[in-house]
Amino acid sequence: MHPALSVIIFTSVTGAGYGLLGLMCALAAFGILPGNRLFGLAGFVLSFGAIATGLIASTFHLGHPGRAWRALSQWRSSWLSREAVLSILTFGPSLWLAKGWILDGADPAAAPWRWYGLATAALSLLTVISTAMIYASLKPVPRWRHPLVMPAYLLLGLATGGLWLNVLLHGFGLAIDDLAGAVTVALLLAWLVKIAYWYSIDRAPGRYTAEHATGLWSQGSVRQLEAPHVQDNYLLREMGYQIARRHAGRLRRLALLAGLGGPIVLTIAAALLPRWGAFALSVPAAGLAIAGVLVERWLFFAEAKHVVTLFYGAERA
Amino acid sequence: MTSVPHRTAKKLGLVIDLDICVGCHACAVACKEWNSGGHMAPLTDENPYGADPLGVWFNRVHTYEAGVGGNSRTVHFPRSCLHCEKPACVEVCPTGASYKRAEDGIVLVNEDLCIGCKLCSWACPYGAREYDYDSGTMKKCTLCVDRIYNENLEEAERVPACVSACPVSARHFGDLGDPNSDISELVREREGYDLMPEMGFKPVNKYLPPRPRRNKVGDTGAPAALDSAAPLSATHGAETSSNPLLRWVDRALSR
Repeated sequence: MHPALSVIIFTSVTGAGYGLLGLMCALAAFGILPGNRLFGLAGFVLSFGAIATGLIASTFHLGHPGRAWRALSQWRSSWLSREAVLSILTFGPSLWLAKGWILDGADPAAAPWRWYGLATAALSLLTVISTAMIYASLKPVPRWRHPLVMPAYLLLGLATGGLWLNVLLHGFGLAIDDLAGAVTVALLLAWLVKIAYWYSIDRAPGRYTAEHATGLWSQGSVRQLEAPHVQDNYLLREMGYQIARRHAGRLRRLALLAGLGGPIVLTIAAALLPRWGAFALSVPAAGLAIAGVLVERWLFFAEAKHVVTLFYGAERA
Repeated sequence: MTSVPHRTAKKLGLVIDLDICVGCHACAVACKEWNSGGHMAPLTDENPYGADPLGVWFNRVHTYEAGVGGNSRTVHFPRSCLHCEKPACVEVCPTGASYKRAEDGIVLVNEDLCIGCKLCSWACPYGAREYDYDSGTMKKCTLCVDRIYNENLEEAERVPACVSACPVSARHFGDLGDPNSDISELVREREGYDLMPEMGFKPVNKYLPPRPRRNKVGDTGAPAALDSAAPLSATHGAETSSNPLLRWVDRALSR
């Protein structure tokens, strides 16, 4: 599948944004985070900023961005529509909580604010899950309709959001060692899921063949003799994207280095340093993690094979 | 909601005969011609006379070689929208622009609602939908909805353009929901099949498989001597011929 930059930015940056928003609101609701006004302001600005950036990026993938609001209508059958609806619903309780936390100086762990926090966290999780399900529900792309796709989206969103939360906590001198530890574990878990996913797709040769696609298996093996057109068409541009296995291997290692190795080393080092030193290390940790996810997301598209390519001479998909 | 009708009154669709399709692309060209001014017009071409043209077509004719060696055959394979009973393209559409008509089962796109997110094209295993980079919307086969009910046309012409253009009648149009229709009869008789039934989208269009290959003497009425000259299949050569002289010559030459 063609890796479109708009969709790659959309899925990775909104993932981190909802991860940060959900974690911050949930932890505040349980009284684990301090109800500091400026900290709240920074947290909401950063998470809303990431979410808005990602959602705006997603509209660059549309032929008619001005009609994007129409995508709110079909939530009963379409995961894309559900994602759109949930992403907007999340703004309800989160903006109300932000008002209470920042403007009124309310304690986010006290009722009713804690309920707005918990609602925000739940809606954030559901939004990231629906983003993943847009892909994980597509039968013609077997590498997307894979049981590890949704957990990888969710865990990577939480882990990258958690690293940004860590940046804020260090910046305000409110660092919580347990939180840094938990985020490190989440990051490790997320990439383990991703490694398991790569292992699984490398060993599954693809269920579908040209014999399957054309239904001509009864005639024997099927080979393309003549393509229907000599130049590209939309289908080949969009679904025919292929990446060499060697390049994929390099990019996977790069994604692991940037997304997992770098952030873990920097987060552990940050925990051992005084406040500003820790802050200085936590920023590149969070930045590297996002870069790693961007590479991972690029691969998620580039390595996915669509069954329509079987009509065009692909051996398996 | 993008509700797909549980039942449609009719299941209009095509039956494509892979046995007799000669791969002339007349269906694809006639489709392009009609639909460039039809319901979903225009079918934009970019750089049509340049080095790297790109355009929207509803119909693409692939050519395959199926089987191996003497038993292989060329199969021309027209590919277009199958107007599925459970169309994934309609279910994933976030705007409701894609819909399936309850009265006849035709799957259409409302060009005024489509946001051009391309998700429907990802959801379709058959490559039925092509994005029009110029209009920013998705285009697909309309089953010539603007011909089949068009009272300005002669009755014989009220069929999809591809069916009307096919010089060998490899394409048939009709109601596949009516078990007594000519087209349903044809599917039963020739054991027409669905493309990728395991996907569960229940295509309405059917493909008729190539008939068994006729390699043997007597299949075609060709004289035995001609058959022996064909090196394609040794088992049908001179050593199994009914002529004792030929069998002897074959044995003598094989020593």
